[in-house]
Amino acid sequence: MNPLQVVRVAIRALLRNKMRSFLTTLGIIIGVAAVIAMVAIGEGAKAQVEASFASMGSNLLIVLPGTTTLGGQRGGFGSMMTLTWDDLRAIRTEAPAVKYAVAQLSSGAQLMSEDQNWSTRVYGTTPEYFLIRNWPIGLGSAMSDSDVESGSKVVFLGKTVVDNLFGPSANPVGQLVRIRNIPFEVKGVLATKGQSPTGQDYDDAAYIPLKTYQTKIQGGLQQFISGTIMIGAVSEAATSVAEQQVTNLLRDRHRIGIGQDDDFSIRNLTELASAQEQGTKTLTTLLASIAAVSLLVGGIGIMNIMLVSVTERTREIGVRMAVGAKPRNILAQFLVEALTLAIAGGVIGIALGLLAAQRLAAQFHWPMLIRPDVIVISVMFSALVGVVFGLYPARKASLLDPIDALRFE
Amino acid sequence: MNGSSALLALEDVTKVYQMGDVEVHALRGVSLAVEEGESIAIMGASGSGKSTLMNIIGCLDRPTAGRYLLAGEEVSTLDRNALAEKRNRTLGFVFQNFNLLARTSAVENVELPLLYGGMHTRERHEHSRAALARVGLGDRMYHHPNQMSGGQQQRVAIARALVANPKVILADEPTGNLDSVTSVEVMAIFQELRDSGITVVLVTHEPDIARYAGRVVVMKDGKVQSDKRQEPLRAVPLPAEAAAGGER
Repeated sequence: MNPLQVVRVAIRALLRNKMRSFLTTLGIIIGVAAVIAMVAIGEGAKAQVEASFASMGSNLLIVLPGTTTLGGQRGGFGSMMTLTWDDLRAIRTEAPAVKYAVAQLSSGAQLMSEDQNWSTRVYGTTPEYFLIRNWPIGLGSAMSDSDVESGSKVVFLGKTVVDNLFGPSANPVGQLVRIRNIPFEVKGVLATKGQSPTGQDYDDAAYIPLKTYQTKIQGGLQQFISGTIMIGAVSEAATSVAEQQVTNLLRDRHRIGIGQDDDFSIRNLTELASAQEQGTKTLTTLLASIAAVSLLVGGIGIMNIMLVSVTERTREIGVRMAVGAKPRNILAQFLVEALTLAIAGGVIGIALGLLAAQRLAAQFHWPMLIRPDVIVISVMFSALVGVVFGLYPARKASLLDPIDALRFE
Repeated sequence: MNGSSALLALEDVTKVYQMGDVEVHALRGVSLAVEEGESIAIMGASGSGKSTLMNIIGCLDRPTAGRYLLAGEEVSTLDRNALAEKRNRTLGFVFQNFNLLARTSAVENVELPLLYGGMHTRERHEHSRAALARVGLGDRMYHHPNQMSGGQQQRVAIARALVANPKVILADEPTGNLDSVTSVEVMAIFQELRDSGITVVLVTHEPDIARYAGRVVVMKDGKVQSDKRQEPLRAVPLPAEAAAGGER
């Protein structure tokens, strides 16, 4: 018998008991569908985490000023200004792994359009800031160096601010907004950026040139930076190098001796992102393993039904042997039946799994991520389940004595 | 090989079954030679050893001692695979309870031996058609066993037995589940097969059926009690209308 004939005989035998065959494969169907859906959930969650970190900015380091201790009471970060404008310049020029370094000053402020007002945070910064954060302009034009140099009264609004001051579909470019009663011209609207990993709305912000901020909002030039320094490293791999360089540079500049604590702190967001990714990866593995267990249970279901089938079809086995089936023909037939059930279950399971993944992706607004390797592994695993759990019943059938089998009632 | 020209030659065959601690002597030295083209009926009470003899002739079982030559070849020492091949190529089986595969069409049932003989699909189909036509079921090819009468089912079984062109057809109580009219029809088919040169060995306990064979072997207590040749009664199947009239 050639393999094709064996498969045809097996399929015919399975179709004789359609309902039973279907119920038997159901275990595998659910198992495979669960594995595919779970992995898709994991991948979707991972992609979302990645996306939210990417939206913060690429290769990002944030330098925070130090803390004060007054009479045993310790202030938080920024309670003491330790970062100077000279520090910022030094970081730009002396740390080779640093591509961009900008100051970010901010304070809460009331913004007013002609007929609306909105409280948000106003940031003073320079054009590189938007490069570090991969944040393009949506409407109007971007902040330019000349805006910063001339200290012009222009503002770049986040989408949420625009929605609240001018309405969702308005184009406010060219209109006036008052910040602390000083009129600013809206020069640009930033593209929608969404939420931070912690749920903060990035679009609820207004940006003005650094010099304008210092003169109009903060008042007076100061030696110290009353905010943070944002640093973009030259590459993702270079972020920890950049972190080290900046640390050494600042310790040196601030004359901090060996063994003394830093008077600043650096947050490495790439590290944070990879830790988060590791977390979702672990979750994916966990979900997939639980789903894989259900595949195993499906395999046991196949074995169970195949054993019943062998007993029920003892006479058929006897007849087949009487007309010339060799033990290995019988073995092959039952093995292929089990395998067919398993693979059919695998294929249907993949279809259902993909459907479920699509639904879930739509539900949670995730990207639909299908991993071909997972599909291949699922099919191979269900085939393996078919062989492993089909072997025992098939062997049992092949070892039957034809006389006993023919006489079986 | 040993000079015997007989198609089936059993020489002092014994068969002992181990049933727990008890040894059951099913055959106690049976010698039998069947020539090609013979029709032979094996009779005997239950427990006489006729079924065991049938199983050994049919290569379903091996003798404990003695020799069995099938078409001149010693088969009593062959392994399971080789015996399966003998059954496939040289022998055909017909059973009392038909033993057709349920929910499987007549033609697919008939195809079975050819499937294990390794024949291609189209050829297999042609041979199966021809075999069904030969037993008068050319118009019932795609019927399932549960859509056919007992006689029709047995004819499908006969078609299955003869489809691979065997030298011997073994029939174990082939009329046991059939009424007398159908029995005669089935015996007529066996006689027709014998006329075409196929050796027919049938096991029966009905003297009426044994009369259609050219030779009657009676078994008792695992031995051949008598072995007589006779002029077989010709089985003439009655037309269906006459059969309905309650003849016989």
